[in-house]
Amino acid sequence: MYTQAMDTMRDEGGDKPALRTAEEAQLQQRFDNRIDAGDFIEAKDWMPENYRKTLLRQISQHAHSEIVGMLPEGNWITRAPTLKRKAILLAKVQDEGGHGLYLYAAAETLGSSRDQMLDALHTGKAKYSSIFNYPTLTWADVGAIGWLVDGAAIMNQVPICRCSFAPYARAMVRICREESFHQRQGFDSLLVMMKQGTDAQRAMVQEAVNRWWWPCLMMFGPPDDQSPNSAQGMRWGIKRVSNDTLRQKFVDAAVQQAEVLGVTFPDPDLRWNEANQHWDYGTIDWSEFWRVVGGDGPCNRERLADRVKAWEDGEWVREAALAHARKSELKEAA
Amino acid sequence: MWEVFVRTKAGLDHKHCGSLHAADPKMAVQMARDVYTRRQEGSSVWVVRSDQIVASDPNDKDMYFDPAEDKVYRHPTFYKLPDSVDHM
Repeated sequence: MYTQAMDTMRDEGGDKPALRTAEEAQLQQRFDNRIDAGDFIEAKDWMPENYRKTLLRQISQHAHSEIVGMLPEGNWITRAPTLKRKAILLAKVQDEGGHGLYLYAAAETLGSSRDQMLDALHTGKAKYSSIFNYPTLTWADVGAIGWLVDGAAIMNQVPICRCSFAPYARAMVRICREESFHQRQGFDSLLVMMKQGTDAQRAMVQEAVNRWWWPCLMMFGPPDDQSPNSAQGMRWGIKRVSNDTLRQKFVDAAVQQAEVLGVTFPDPDLRWNEANQHWDYGTIDWSEFWRVVGGDGPCNRERLADRVKAWEDGEWVREAALAHARKSELKEAA
Repeated sequence: MWEVFVRTKAGLDHKHCGSLHAADPKMAVQMARDVYTRRQEGSSVWVVRSDQIVASDPNDKDMYFDPAEDKVYRHPTFYKLPDSVDHM
C-alpha cells in the first residue's frame, strides 16, 4: 500500500532557505554534492530543514496509509470464503501492519515521536492515501485491492527503494519484497472466480473492478503539470519517477492482466496508441480525488473513527504492559 | 525503543534490520519475531535498547575513517608478486 504523491503539494519553501551562517552554507553545499553523487543520507547526517520536513510528512503519511489500509480488508477476514483465503488475508493484513511499523520507525529517525505521528493522524491533521476511503462491499473487492491497489502501490514504491534518505529506502526494500505476494494473491483470487465461478461471481468481480479502477489511477497523485513541487522532490532524490510516468506504466501492465482475467476497465477512451506504444486512458475526475483527500470520501469518517477507537480501546493494554515491565524490573533489582 | 538484529541463518552475523517499540525485553523479542521474521528471515534475534547504543559521530566521519584511506599497504592487493606465486 502506498501514500500518494500529494505530499509534494504543500510548498515547504523549496531548497532556498535563508542561510544564516557560512558554516550552514558549507553544510548545504556538502549535502547537495552528496545528493548529486547519488549518495545516501542517514538519519544523523546534516540535512536541510525542508528536506527533513518533506520526508517526515511523506514517510508518516505512508505509514498511516499502511495502518488505515488494514481496515478495508480486515472487514472481510471473518467472512473469507475458505480457510485458505482467510489465512492468506490474515497474513496480508498482518503485513500491512508490519509495513506501518517499518515506516513509523523510519520516520522516528527524523525526530518525530510515534505518539506525535499518531496524534496527527487521529486529529485529522495528517493525511493517508485516498484509496482507503472507499468501501469493500463484496468479497471480490479483496481480490481487486490485491491486484489493482497493491499493483499500483508496487509501481509507486519500487522507485522509493532508491530514495536518497537511507532509512526510508531500506524500509521500502523490505516492503516491496512482501508486496509482491499481496498483488499475486489478489489476482489469483479473482482468477479463480473468473475461471471456475458462477455468472454471478464473475459479475461480482467485474463490478468490483469497475469501482476500484479510477481510484487506483488517482493513487499516483495529480498530473505532472499540477504538481508544482515534484521538481524539488526529484532534486532531492526523494521522488525518482513522475506521477504520470508511473500511472502510464501501471495502465499498460493492468490492461494485459485484465485480458488474462477476462475483465474490462470502465473507460471508453482506453485504447492502444500505436504512435507512443502505450495505452491511452480517459480523463481522471480530479475533483473526486481532492474531495476524498479533503475528508469527504465515502468512508473517511468511518476509517478515522475506527482508528481512534482502536487506539483508545488499546490504552489499558499499553498501560498494563508498561506496569508489568516496571514491576518486573523492580523484582529483578530486589 | 529497541533496535533489532537478525541472524538470517546459522553461521552468519546478526545484522541490524530496524527498530520497534516494546514495554520490556521479552515483549521486544516477541515483537521482533512478528515484525521482522514473518517469512523465516531469521534463526535468531537480538534486541538492544536504542538508548544503549553508542555510535560514532557522523559529522566526524571523514576525520574518523579517512586515516585508513592512505594505508593501502594493509590490503593484499598492494603487493605485486611474481605471477608464479601470485595466488599464494
